[in-house]
Amino acid sequence: MGISPVLWQFLTKWLTSSALWPREASTVAGQTDALYIFLWLMTIVGMALVLALLVVFSVKYRKEKHPNAIQIEGSTLLEATWTIIPLGIFLFVFVWGAWLYFRIYNPPADSMNIYIVGKQWMWKAEHPGGQHEINALHVPMGRNVQLTMISQDVFHSYSIPEFRVKREVIPGRYSTVWFNATAAGTYHLFCTQYCGTLHSGMVGDVVVMTPSDYQAWVDSSTSGMSLAQNGERLFASMGCSQCHTGDAAARGPNLAGIYGAKLKMDDGSTQLVTDGFLRDAILNPSAHLPAGFKPIMPTYQGQISEEGMIDLVEYIKGLKTNYRVQQTLGTSQSNQAAPSASGTVIP
Amino acid sequence: MSTANTIVNLPDQRTAKLPKVNYINKEHGLLSWLLTADHKRIAMLYLFSITGFFLLGGFFAGMVRFELLTPAGDLMAADTYNKMFTMHGIVMIFLFLVPSVPATLGNFLIPIMIGAKDLAFPRINLLSWYLYLGGGFFTLASLVLGGVDTGWTFTTPLSTHYLNTHVITTATAIFIAGFSSIFTGLNFIVTIHRMRAPGMTWFRLPLFVWSNYAASIMMVLGTPVLAIAIVLVALERTVGIGVFDPAKGGDPLLFQHLFWFYSHPAVYIMILPGFGVISEVISTFSRKRVFGYTAVAFSSVAIALFGFFVWAHHMFIMGVSNYSALVFSLLTMLVAVPSAIKIFNWAFTLQKGSITFETPMIYVFGFIGLFTIGGLTGVFLGSLGMDIHLTETYFIVAHFHFVMVGGMLMAFLAGIHFWWPKMTGRMYPEGMSKFAAVTTFIGFILTFFPQFIVGYLGMPRRYHAYPAEYQVLNVLSTAGATVLGVGYMLPLLYLGWSLKYGAIAGNNPWQATGLEWQIQSPPLTENFIEIPIVEQEAYDYEWLAHKTEKEVTTVG
Repeated sequence: MGISPVLWQFLTKWLTSSALWPREASTVAGQTDALYIFLWLMTIVGMALVLALLVVFSVKYRKEKHPNAIQIEGSTLLEATWTIIPLGIFLFVFVWGAWLYFRIYNPPADSMNIYIVGKQWMWKAEHPGGQHEINALHVPMGRNVQLTMISQDVFHSYSIPEFRVKREVIPGRYSTVWFNATAAGTYHLFCTQYCGTLHSGMVGDVVVMTPSDYQAWVDSSTSGMSLAQNGERLFASMGCSQCHTGDAAARGPNLAGIYGAKLKMDDGSTQLVTDGFLRDAILNPSAHLPAGFKPIMPTYQGQISEEGMIDLVEYIKGLKTNYRVQQTLGTSQSNQAAPSASGTVIP
Repeated sequence: MSTANTIVNLPDQRTAKLPKVNYINKEHGLLSWLLTADHKRIAMLYLFSITGFFLLGGFFAGMVRFELLTPAGDLMAADTYNKMFTMHGIVMIFLFLVPSVPATLGNFLIPIMIGAKDLAFPRINLLSWYLYLGGGFFTLASLVLGGVDTGWTFTTPLSTHYLNTHVITTATAIFIAGFSSIFTGLNFIVTIHRMRAPGMTWFRLPLFVWSNYAASIMMVLGTPVLAIAIVLVALERTVGIGVFDPAKGGDPLLFQHLFWFYSHPAVYIMILPGFGVISEVISTFSRKRVFGYTAVAFSSVAIALFGFFVWAHHMFIMGVSNYSALVFSLLTMLVAVPSAIKIFNWAFTLQKGSITFETPMIYVFGFIGLFTIGGLTGVFLGSLGMDIHLTETYFIVAHFHFVMVGGMLMAFLAGIHFWWPKMTGRMYPEGMSKFAAVTTFIGFILTFFPQFIVGYLGMPRRYHAYPAEYQVLNVLSTAGATVLGVGYMLPLLYLGWSLKYGAIAGNNPWQATGLEWQIQSPPLTENFIEIPIVEQEAYDYEWLAHKTEKEVTTVG
């Protein structure tokens, strides 16, 4: 009797295509795999020890061989042994795991930033240069890339198994993750947090390209406007520039250079201005009132999409002077024709 | 069977009869069961109803596995698949695993083990069963009306704003079933404190009582938080109170905190009573007291205590602060230690014993093997950096099935076989049940071990369709599930058969030391003719030998 062809087919498929871990395509992948292998060694050794105890005792003290049991109370020494040794191993795993966690979640300062918006059931990526893509992410090899992510509806989770990187994408708050891809290729992108009907369809490709290929891709897929340029338009059209003029007497705080600064708040605390803070301050201004200002700003809750929000945040992040704010203000306040060349005179 | 390799000691089958009066035949008719206050009858009611829900949950599991046989989502629609795994989780956790050991074996045995006639509040005990049925009824109602697809975790805002399935009906089911377990827990705590027989000190209690006591504390303290979380979900869904809605100033992560504050301890609520079964069985079949009795007893209490402070390890990737991630990871490592202590104490109970290998013992060996893997893979997930890649994949599915199914279900089946003669007065067929135990073990490994690998490869959980490269491992898993299904169906058949044709068991077929084995099988409604006075520690086999000798000289 030969082996059944179906079974044979599966066996060859298993032997030729299945691996024990996915391809290592980021700088942290190897470090994650090292801990993984250590943990399996711990499991195998622990398992072998327990198995050996069970088998040896079962053979040695089975009733045929050992008809009368000898009562033993216990042993403090043994109890201490199997308390302290596992505790030591687990604490070692804790330290190793914590070290890895901070490596994976604390982005280096020189990371390039890409925004991700998750919604039922697609991933939208927004590059600073204005490139948009859906269910795909193009990144250059060998660069630190940070993703700033937010969900427009329910919890999602951005997972790239080949990078060993994953982070929850949450409605109403930015979360970040970073990686440095080490091998060009196309990798899986999964949503791993159950998000409704087409959860398993919320997948895509992460394409890692050599720096030159990436540059070619960036140049060919630009939509003409960068995120900050979109943000500038919104800033004017939503009337932000009316109050945030940058003047000493302005009704709103000066936004130039505010990103990354420490802001004195009305309630006496100090707040670091981050992406998340800017977002919260626009949506819920009265709860984020800087010292010395009146709570007169209206809420923009429900008036800006998450993409628009990202544009605004990106614009404010890059705002170094108020020259252009005042220029646009001048055009909108007076009915006179403004100098048409204003776009080109960035100081 | 030769006496060299078994401890089974049955009365002479030609003359043996079931006791004339016992709790089963004392009263007749359906009403005498439905209105009973006898803890043993209520235990049998539970056993009957949780078996029904186990079959239902098993059916859903089967459908999930059949869908995953092929990479494309071709057997059922995505929504249907989502309902299948949701209903599988809800039914198995709230209607099978949580009540399994405490409400059946615990209900039956705790009063007898401590030398009492019943639980402290027999009518509340019956009420618990009706509440459980109420929970079951609402679950079935939501199923019949069209099902629910939130996942058993009810993640907000998905469950509150984005689904139009029967969330409220299911939430009601869980809310009601929760009170069933709160009342059961209360009943156990009061009973164990107040109703122990004279001489039954805390450190003479069988370890089964200790572990159910620890689980009861968790039920009473944890379940109300789940009830609150569920009510908030319902209010948010119906009137939009906005506790979890960021657009109204709510915090969606708050739900995760509330939910896991119960649902992580729930894991221990499920597994602790199982630990108790393992202690009883392993002692009986090695004729030896449990090694390090106090260490095993206190490790249960330690688990109950630490178990409440590890919930946020379900949220490491959700943007909790770095400090809380560190603290919760550390506490998670600490809670792994008492489980390790237990495993080694059980292994050393065998040392210098006189071991036999009846079915409950086979299940216990299965338990120790599978629970060790389940427990150690939990350390993978408790380790912060490792958790990032593993969480929300099939690795975590494999991990909790090793603990809940490989651990808890094996312990439950060990207990059912072990106490079957006491509950029914008849033996199960030994050969057949050993075959079932081994089948279950093999089927289990084949089903769930491949999921560790496919999870590390990256396959997310709750996926209706998946990339083709994961197929081989999924086929293995589905193949294993069919073997596992056979392993679970067998006991149903032969235990049913044994009710009529099983050998008469007599009072103490295993020659075990617990008080429950010193009375007739099945017991009288009052359990004891006179309340026993306890002068021996648990697992005192010399006391038992001495007592048997005396009985032979006086009676025989």
